[in-house]
Amino acid sequence: MDYFVQQLINGLTLGSVYGLIAIGYTMVYGIIGMINFAHGDVFMVSMFVALILLLLITSLFGGLAIALALIVVLVAAMVLTSLWSWTIERVAYRPLRGSFRLAPLISAIGMSIFLVNFVQLVQGPRNKAIPPIIDGGITLPMIDGNITLAYKQILIMGTTIVLLTAFWFLVQKTSLGRAQRACEQDRKMAALLGINVDRTVSITFVLGAALAAVAGVLYLVQYGVVSFADGFVPGIKAFTAAVLGGIGSLPGAVIGGLLIGLIEVMWSAYFSIDYKDVAAFSILAITLIFMPSGILGKPDVEKV
Amino acid sequence: MTGRGDRREPALDGGSAGVLTALKDATLLALLTFGLSFPIVAFNTRQDLTQGLVLEARWDLVATACAVVFLARFVWTLFGPTFWRGGNAVVQRAASLVRATGISVDHVRWFGLAVLVTYPFLAVWVTGPGGAIKWIDNFGIQILIYVMLGWGLNIVVGLAGLLDLGYVAFYAVGAYSAALLSTTFGFSFWLCLPLAGIFAAFWGILLGFPVLRLRGDYLAIVTLAFGEIIRLVLINWVEVTGGAAGISSIPRPSFFGIPFDASPDGFAATFGLDFSPLHRLFFLFYLILAMALLTNWITVRLRRLPIGRAWEALREDEIACRSLGIDTVTTKLTAFSIGAMFGGFAGAFFAARLGFISPKSFEFMESAVILAIVVLGGMGSQIGVAIAAVVMIGGTEILRELGFLKAIFGPTFDPAQYRLILFGLGMVAMMVWRPRGLISKREPSISLGAHKAISGVHVKEGHG
Repeated sequence: MDYFVQQLINGLTLGSVYGLIAIGYTMVYGIIGMINFAHGDVFMVSMFVALILLLLITSLFGGLAIALALIVVLVAAMVLTSLWSWTIERVAYRPLRGSFRLAPLISAIGMSIFLVNFVQLVQGPRNKAIPPIIDGGITLPMIDGNITLAYKQILIMGTTIVLLTAFWFLVQKTSLGRAQRACEQDRKMAALLGINVDRTVSITFVLGAALAAVAGVLYLVQYGVVSFADGFVPGIKAFTAAVLGGIGSLPGAVIGGLLIGLIEVMWSAYFSIDYKDVAAFSILAITLIFMPSGILGKPDVEKV
Repeated sequence: MTGRGDRREPALDGGSAGVLTALKDATLLALLTFGLSFPIVAFNTRQDLTQGLVLEARWDLVATACAVVFLARFVWTLFGPTFWRGGNAVVQRAASLVRATGISVDHVRWFGLAVLVTYPFLAVWVTGPGGAIKWIDNFGIQILIYVMLGWGLNIVVGLAGLLDLGYVAFYAVGAYSAALLSTTFGFSFWLCLPLAGIFAAFWGILLGFPVLRLRGDYLAIVTLAFGEIIRLVLINWVEVTGGAAGISSIPRPSFFGIPFDASPDGFAATFGLDFSPLHRLFFLFYLILAMALLTNWITVRLRRLPIGRAWEALREDEIACRSLGIDTVTTKLTAFSIGAMFGGFAGAFFAARLGFISPKSFEFMESAVILAIVVLGGMGSQIGVAIAAVVMIGGTEILRELGFLKAIFGPTFDPAQYRLILFGLGMVAMMVWRPRGLISKREPSISLGAHKAISGVHVKEGHG
């Protein structure tokens, strides 16, 4: 029992990181119908930004409280990563708006190759490891043993919940979010009604990147290792999560992320750690075969 | 909308913009460059003696980048439109000259074929026997493998319109089945080759059957997932596949039973030639050329058969197809498995060519590159795919050879490092420049009355 609950906590922690990245995929897909392949690498860039900022802050103001440092890093990483994503959208995707469907996909794959190799060039190919930022945890007694709730896990889940709430508020209650949802439903109609579609799409990319940056900071806190190749696998899994939850649906992305995190952790805990990714991808394939539009996705309407 | 309309014309505001606008524009862009490069370029993270990370400031690099961007943008805003018009005029003049000579796609096709057939001899003639190894192996054979993979995937993506992001899985199945059959059972290459194709096609059916009901992007992600699953299994099933270390000492292909070695029974001795490693390369080159041309020939023939017509009809409108009584699942499945079969053939060749395979060669990036070749070539255009493979694979291989740049940028400059960066940017630039691919016009496979070239804009794609 204690083992199971422990794994449940670990799975939810990992899943919240996937969920945060998945929102970026699902929003972009919802509004312009493209798979933003570079999103996973934007997440990787955010981890490097966070790592460097953290080292910079601790070397400049050594005694600064770690909580304050983390907040500064979080905000700065969100801003700088958004800048990257905004630029990518501007350079690689906007000229292809209205072009045929595979063009932005290829452009995104090209961008992803560029980002990976650019970071490898400027930061070197080695893994960058930092000492644990937050130590310790709370030990909770269970019926047959103890479970440990690490402080960093509390931090990750807490941050995810707070930011998702803020994000939900942004999408549901502000004019910005309304414009975003309108463009998602019908871009042409939204444009006729005076919504600046290009700006809204840019903002979508910025929001997605900001949430990916949050995920990047949390990932760094959890694992403490960064490498230029770290964008691909979390990116693919987050995209899997978005599809599993039903692409285009925001709550779906979070649910999908949590599910993928849980599947991965449970599989490594009870079966084989080598095949954890195989399990995640297989469950994706099986789910899609039986529920072709994901858990919360709207079924495709066939128009003749 | 025509193919030309896809391109974005620069603002034609009649002559050059004002200096002030140019300054403002350039300053903004330089600021953006600063923002992008601030932490990630400005500081290098380096491990010190205690294994901790320390930061090294590189403000000079950031300053250079900002200055270059500023100057480039400034000059472009001032003189860009003039330059653009001048360039366009030159291009149009060149195009009219080419038209005047009466060269058509047919000529290009035959010329290309002639170059291909004589290529190994040309390479030896130009660079000598020592230098030719690189040109035949790294350029010739490497490019032809991608041409073949591109043509194979073209059946799935270009003709049937199914977006497959996991094509490399079938390439891997072909390579691993050929390698395992030859190392465990001692089968010769000529037996492994068809078996590898059959296995790959079988896997294509196995994977395709449950997922081909999915549409568009769902199909894309499931194929991607399958590609990853196969790669992960190859890494983790160590007893059979050798894990990450791969399989080595795979027997090399022989000349119909005569090995390419220096022994008395070898190829050189049998035909009374002096032994040279070039013989094997020549053989491999013509083998992959023949395989690629066979792929092309079969594809072109299939397109005229009812099944090929059904593929193209399916790509254009699935609902219309169903109402006309075409079994969509079977039709998709044939495209998927025939594409997979050619991937399997190419995989068997790949295994035999190097004598060594590992999961490293079958990563997602390979699928992405092959898909990029198909899309850049212009979906469904055979010659376009071949040109795209030459440009993309040849172009990145050429970047390895630019050693003379060291003389300009100093001895620490290594052009190979920039290879993939330029590759990625090249993909973006090509898409922005020609979203429909290089050959965006082609003859329809069947037509009523006169043959007319159709613009690629009218060809649908990948809606599943």
